[in-house]
Amino acid sequence: MNYTKVTDATLVRDYLDGNENALGALINRHHHRIYSFIFSKVYDRDIAEDIFQDTFIKVIRTLKRGKYNEEGKFLPWVMRISHNLVIDHFRKNKRMPKFDNSGDFNIFSVLSDGDLNAEKQLIKDQIESDVQELIKELPEDQLEVLTMRIYKDMSFKEISERTGVSINTALGRMRYALINLRKIIEKRNLILTN
Amino acid sequence: MGKLYFKNTSKEEKSFHPQAKKETIEFLLNYSKALDVFEYKEVKFEMMLN
Repeated sequence: MNYTKVTDATLVRDYLDGNENALGALINRHHHRIYSFIFSKVYDRDIAEDIFQDTFIKVIRTLKRGKYNEEGKFLPWVMRISHNLVIDHFRKNKRMPKFDNSGDFNIFSVLSDGDLNAEKQLIKDQIESDVQELIKELPEDQLEVLTMRIYKDMSFKEISERTGVSINTALGRMRYALINLRKIIEKRNLILTN
Repeated sequence: MGKLYFKNTSKEEKSFHPQAKKETIEFLLNYSKALDVFEYKEVKFEMMLN
């Protein structure tokens, strides 16, 4: 059947009546314009293809569900769907930006090596040395637990076995060690930060 | 006066006319044929027929 002189509204009606060829005629009539519109926004053939496909999937589902309101505006309706999907695409990319390291953009400008610079390293060393001096003021049992936990990286189970006390006692000593350490720092008006 | 430089358009760029692939259109037509919507107790369900 020659559909060239048939209006969009008639083709939509035919499609809703079960004539699948009418959909083919609608797609053939408008695919160039819709694809060009999408491509002009995204400048990527594959993405344009995906959005074009999603647009017509939405069109088909809406038509088949009987939700389309025919007002003689089939093309503007499809264009609006594709426009919304293009916006969705850019929103999604904003949440998950892609870095392809092409052109002037340099991936290393947003990545750092994680190492401290010389100044920060000096400050860190100074703080660690200050803390080592401060903990010497703690009671012997608390100092012992704190040293094993922080500097020897032992578990509380290992600490309890080594010191001959229960795990709960070891935990309690650690807790009081930290409380007392904070008190010492406050009393001396020290600021330990880098 | 400064020189103006233009990037030469590649053959591929010259021949590119934005339009959807045949396969995509075929997929859509097949999708439409396979999709069936039916109503049960005022709720619409979609079903893909093989």
